[in-house]
Amino acid sequence: MKSLEELRKLRAELEKELAARNSEGKPKIIIGMGTCGIAAGAREILQAVLQELEKRNLDVITTQTGCIGMCEQEPLLDVELPGKERITYGKVTPKDVERIIVEHVVNGNVVEDLAIARLEEGGI
Amino acid sequence: MNPKFYRSHVLICTGTGCVSSGSNNIKSRLTAKLEESGLQDEVKVVETGCHGFCEKGPIVIVYPEGVFYCQVEADDINEIVEEHLLKGRVVERLLYTELGTEKKIPAYSEIDFYKKQHRIVLANCGRINPESIKEYIAVGGYEACGKALTEMTPEEVIAEVKKSGLRGRGGAGFPTGLKWEFTRQTPGDKKYVICNADEGDPGAFMDRSLLEGDPHRIIEGMIIAAYAIGADEGYIYVRAEYPLAIRRLEIALEQAREYGFLGENIFGSGFNFDLKIKKGAGAFVCGEETALMASIEGKRGMPRPKPPFPSVSGLWGKPTNINNVETFGNVPDIIRNGADAYRAIGTEKSTGTKVFALTGKINNTGLVEVPMGMTLREIIYDIGGGVSNGGKLKAVQIGGPSGGCIPADLLDLPIDYESLQEAGAMMGSGGMVVMDETTCMVDVARFFLQFTQSESCGKCTPCREGTKRMLEILDRICSGEGREGDLELLEELGDHIVSTSLCQLGGSAPNPVLSTLKYFREEYEAHIKDKRCPANVCAGMSAAYVIDPETCIGCTACTRVCPTGAISGERKQPHVINSQLCISCGACAEKCPVGAIAQG
Repeated sequence: MKSLEELRKLRAELEKELAARNSEGKPKIIIGMGTCGIAAGAREILQAVLQELEKRNLDVITTQTGCIGMCEQEPLLDVELPGKERITYGKVTPKDVERIIVEHVVNGNVVEDLAIARLEEGGI
Repeated sequence: MNPKFYRSHVLICTGTGCVSSGSNNIKSRLTAKLEESGLQDEVKVVETGCHGFCEKGPIVIVYPEGVFYCQVEADDINEIVEEHLLKGRVVERLLYTELGTEKKIPAYSEIDFYKKQHRIVLANCGRINPESIKEYIAVGGYEACGKALTEMTPEEVIAEVKKSGLRGRGGAGFPTGLKWEFTRQTPGDKKYVICNADEGDPGAFMDRSLLEGDPHRIIEGMIIAAYAIGADEGYIYVRAEYPLAIRRLEIALEQAREYGFLGENIFGSGFNFDLKIKKGAGAFVCGEETALMASIEGKRGMPRPKPPFPSVSGLWGKPTNINNVETFGNVPDIIRNGADAYRAIGTEKSTGTKVFALTGKINNTGLVEVPMGMTLREIIYDIGGGVSNGGKLKAVQIGGPSGGCIPADLLDLPIDYESLQEAGAMMGSGGMVVMDETTCMVDVARFFLQFTQSESCGKCTPCREGTKRMLEILDRICSGEGREGDLELLEELGDHIVSTSLCQLGGSAPNPVLSTLKYFREEYEAHIKDKRCPANVCAGMSAAYVIDPETCIGCTACTRVCPTGAISGERKQPHVINSQLCISCGACAEKCPVGAIAQG
């Protein structure tokens, strides 16, 4: 270690490895993993999300939830940006994942044609 | 290349406590199950140090949700993987149940045991992998060291530590910055820094947990101290019976050298420093600084008179700065965030936090870090969850064998160096043993004195012989042969030992006796005058059991359990207990189906 600068650069890189341990103030992607979701292919959606996040090096929290009753619309994927309402996307395909991440998570624009519901912040 | 992205981290505590309750097995089961479920690339398994809540171990925490699972068994792993990691459903039955409300609390931060704690020294324990220098750097590790070495002069470092008000956490509470200044000011081209990790108090395990859970923090604190005093060599003196702490320290030292935090020209500052581990054989007296240094030098571990203090003539006769593990653990935060931020925590004279090991008759045993000045009541009831089995608090023993007992009516005593000293106890290393009505204070004092008596190195006669005589008197009192004048004699002996011993082993050995004499004198008197142990602990002291002939049905159940054959009587006739043979064990009363037996 030759300088404080070098250490700080190294820290910035290493911090990403611990990102999953701190969810405060970060965008969140929530995937419906009830039996209905899994049957409709939620695992593939989750994997597509992870690949996309890794590819773009994004600090996003990925978590799952159980069935919320809209089994007809599964696989469901929710995006919740800090301080914004939670948007639910229905009948998501692995191909849609990239669009949702680029347009919504990165640029902050809801993908209107895929969105099926909105929840106020702090809702379910 | 981007670091590997994992959506979830599962943290498994691998401190000594959780390892002994099976966390290694949990880890291997989890790793296998993740692979079987195809999740090994999505979920990362991380070993961490101690969370302090050893009572509820093994502890497993699942991020990003931050769900806290306690008392996890290997058989629970399938459910955690299938339900939580695969489907996002929290496994309710493994959550912490709040005492009193019986509510299930999923989040780490919402658990009552943690809510009132303020974790500085223990901040990374349970949060990062102690065997990974990368994780330590990721949470800001070695930045304080970089700041000190490249942006501050040694004098400025000392001034900052002085201003922070940090005092020695080994127990005596000497101002750390002042100690550093003395060592810096002593002329000499060779100086040493030593970390005293010879933790020996029964029930204290904060140093071990810190070394196991965050070894880099201690190394960083030592580098800063070495820079401040101008030392190029250091020792960590740790007892050999802490194998896990030693292993993690060895790994950490290796990594620190590899990254250039130890060695030559650290941070390009021209400053050189390296560290060695010295394993102690476990003699309690080696926690005393001069005995510790003698032990490093290969001599018999015995204290020597002070002055000269180690800062003037220490290891190999060179100026030496010696601090406790927890003291070094505070240093990186002081340098990184500044003395003012540190001073803002705690009280005016006792700044910052202190780690305590909560044990005894308390619901939440474990390791807690609280701001100085918090009251005993808050620690025992709000964090510790109160006395176990609904018992009534009688006293708290603070400071281990050098400390004293604080009675329940001083529960609102703020915990800082001065208040504890005034109350007849001492901060010590931070052992806190909670006692209820079933504890005999004479017996407790005897227990601690037994410990120091057998650990006395024998150099000073008052400590060697005096503690022996005191112990004989206590033995006598506990077996019902106490005499008039014993208490005065105990006090006289105690005062002499305190004032005439060379080191703090003798200087504090009588404390447990003197403080219980001060607060629980009537209990000693009951032993001597009434030949009665009020807590029913001292064998042969409590009253013999008697059978009520009206109630006895002559079933003979009691005769079969009596270990001394003290009960006789015809079948279906009232039985009798021979009070000469009865040892008051209570086995007969427990067995009696009609409740005819009671203490007379």
